[in-house]
This record gives sequence, structure tokens and C-alpha cells, in this order.
Amino acid sequence: MTSDHDDGHGVSRRKVLECMTWAGTGVLWTIAGGVPSSMGIIGEARAAEPSGLTFLQISDSHVGFDKPANPNAIGTLEEAVNKIKALPVKPSFVIHTGDITHLSKPSEFDDADRIISQTRLDVHYVPGEHDVLDENVKLYRDRYGRGTKGAGWYSFDANGVHFIGLVNVVDLKAGGLGNLGNEQLEWLEGDLKGRPASTPIVVFAHIPLWSVYPAWGWGTEDAARALDYLKRFGSVTVLNGHIHQIMQKVEGNVTFHTAMSTAFPQPAPGAAPSPGPMKVADDKLRSVLGITDVTFRRGQQRLAIIDQPLQR
Amino acid sequence: MTKIVGNIWVATALAAAVLAAAATFPAAPVQAAKPEAKIHNFAFAPQRTTVKAGTTVTWINEDDIPHTVTSSNKLLKSKALDTRDKFSFTFTTPGTYDYFCSLHPHMMGAVVVEAASGSSAAQ
Repeated sequence: MTSDHDDGHGVSRRKVLECMTWAGTGVLWTIAGGVPSSMGIIGEARAAEPSGLTFLQISDSHVGFDKPANPNAIGTLEEAVNKIKALPVKPSFVIHTGDITHLSKPSEFDDADRIISQTRLDVHYVPGEHDVLDENVKLYRDRYGRGTKGAGWYSFDANGVHFIGLVNVVDLKAGGLGNLGNEQLEWLEGDLKGRPASTPIVVFAHIPLWSVYPAWGWGTEDAARALDYLKRFGSVTVLNGHIHQIMQKVEGNVTFHTAMSTAFPQPAPGAAPSPGPMKVADDKLRSVLGITDVTFRRGQQRLAIIDQPLQR
Repeated sequence: MTKIVGNIWVATALAAAVLAAAATFPAAPVQAAKPEAKIHNFAFAPQRTTVKAGTTVTWINEDDIPHTVTSSNKLLKSKALDTRDKFSFTFTTPGTYDYFCSLHPHMMGAVVVEAASGSSAAQ
């Protein structure tokens, strides 16, 4: 497995799929020079003692979901939060890549806030399509929109890394995919202008910014323009949710990664008639839900992504 | 015994003739009271449906994920339909009404509305 990734030729689709099945047990990905190499399971990886900036990604908590694929999405979010609290290396902050709630209800947002705030960490959100169901996206913006532009996009800096939260779930066009829109893209161009190419960039958004599976809407219509603005940077990491499973792709200096949900899994592309919630055996559910731990090591331009299921 | 069998056969033949007649006269007043369109497996079914002007079409969401029935011009604009939620719209003017799910825009459908009177399709 490890030798598969040491060939210096990047990762083929077959290998990524192999890793997806393996990722359920927790894989440390180290990014060096744009080529990922897997370092082993979490237990071994701990020996590496990450230093520098560590942050955490959670995604797709779908608070309010109570269907057969997971009748207790609140319970599994609480388990994810407990896992965060128990991490040996305390993350600097959390990013949530959307679908905080299932139906954008005030009570769902309240429950999500109550549980996620127990991490006692700053949380940087972007909305998923399930968070913007009300007229004018008022509920999401009232809670998380302070200091953001448009439908909720923004950037910030931490430890020399530039973070950009993008919104690709509003104003979707018939027949299309996720959508960033001209206003946001112009803002992005301006936000990146003048930054040295050596600045490590982390972009996060709900729907994948690469074409995972357009037949299921798993991609973003105008992502190419965003990636065009990013291509001069030496280290770009794109973190997404939406598809409720781990996928990774490397394209030049850009590493794309999608996280597990804390609520329910979805099928691999094309493996089911639709991307709807996937029912797995009760004792397997927690092996396909989880959180993602990301570490940036200063001076090495590399970023380690560790996916941790709720239960191995 | 033989006679009864004969009668049944005649009755069946008559029924078939009536059905055939109905099929040749589309203007017959057999309009369904409440045409339903299902939302199932991230798709509208039927994807394209034809109704007479004045018909109310009802969509029902059978998925565990919310969907909407939305047209680009916002004529159709349902709220997010949770599992088993319904949305109805009465089509009064002949024409073709394309719609999609504003949450999953790869889901598309169309309602074709024909003139209510006469036996020919709307122009």
C-alpha cells in the first residue's frame, strides 16, 4: 500500500479508491511536493509528533436528520465532538464544511451550536445546501455571516497559512453543479492578489471544487476559474464535504480532499441508483463517520491530513 | 355451460372495443383528478408529464433528502420538501414548464400543458 504512493507519479484513480477503503481505519496523509504518501495507520502516525499549525475539519453534521441511515445524527455529532476534545494535539481551530443542519430549522442550528461549542474552539463555517433553505439565507447569515461577504465567503490567516472559505451552494442553475458565481470569483481574485506564491493556501467549501461525479452533481460549475487564480501558489489544499466519504486527488500543487460526515454515509460514485443516505449495518456506522485532522509543518510546505472515524 | 363461456367471451370483446374507442378519442373526459409526480432517487418521475390546462399536479418527495420544485423564472417555487412532503401547482396556461431541484440542480423535469378543450394538442 505505502509503496503504491512512493512511485513519484501521483495517485491513480485505482489507488485513490484503494485508499478510500483503507481510510476507514484512519490514514495519515503527508503531502510533500504535491505527491501524497501514506504513512500508516493513526497509531503509528502519532510517533511523527506533528508540530506547527493543526486544525480540524468537521462536515455534514445534518442536525435534524433522523432517517434509517442514522436515526440519531445528534448523537454521532456529540461523539465527534468528544473525539475532538480527546485529541492528543489540541487543534488551533475547527472548520465546518457545511450541512450543519438538515433542514435549516432554527432549532437545528441551536442544537448544532450547543454541541459544537463544547469543543471550546473557534469554528469557521461555510454553508451547505441544507443550511440555506430559508428565504434569503437569513438563519445561516445571522449566526455565521458576521464579517463575511455575499452569501458568506471570507478569508483569514493563521500561522502564515491563508484560509479561504467559499460558498458554492446558492443560486444554483438548472442542469448545473455547485456554483461560486462571478461576484465571489472576483472577490477571490482580489483576495489572492499580491500574496507571495510561497504562502500556503487552504480553501474550504461545501461541494467539491473538483469533478468527483457530475452525474450526481458532485462538482462545481465554475471551479476552474478559482483554481486558475490559485495555480501560482506552491501549496494549495482544498477541503470539501458534501459527498460524505473520503476522496483525495492531487493536481499539480493542489491537493483536494473530502471529509466524512458525522451523520450518515453516502455511496461511492455510481455504486447506487442515487447519492441518497446509505444504510449500513448498525455496528459499521461509526466506521464511516468521522472527523479530519490537518497539520501544516512550517518550512516544509507539507500538510498532513488524518481522517479519523468515530470508531475503528 | 358452453353458452356462459360464450357470453364471457363476448363481454371481454366488448370491453376491448370500448377501450380501443377511448384510446382513439383523447378528448374523452377521462382526465385524472390529481396527477402525482414522484421525487425518487434524486429524480423526478415521470421526468416529463403532459396534462390539460387547469390540471393541478402534485409532487411528493419519497427521498430521505429534501428537494424542491423550482423553475428558473420562479413561477414554480416550492419550499424545501422533506420526506413525504407534497407540493401542488395548478397549470392554467398551455405551454412547456421546465423545472429543477434548486438544491440538486442536475435533477430536471418538465410539465407540458395542453389546451383544456378540443382533441388536438396545444399550439
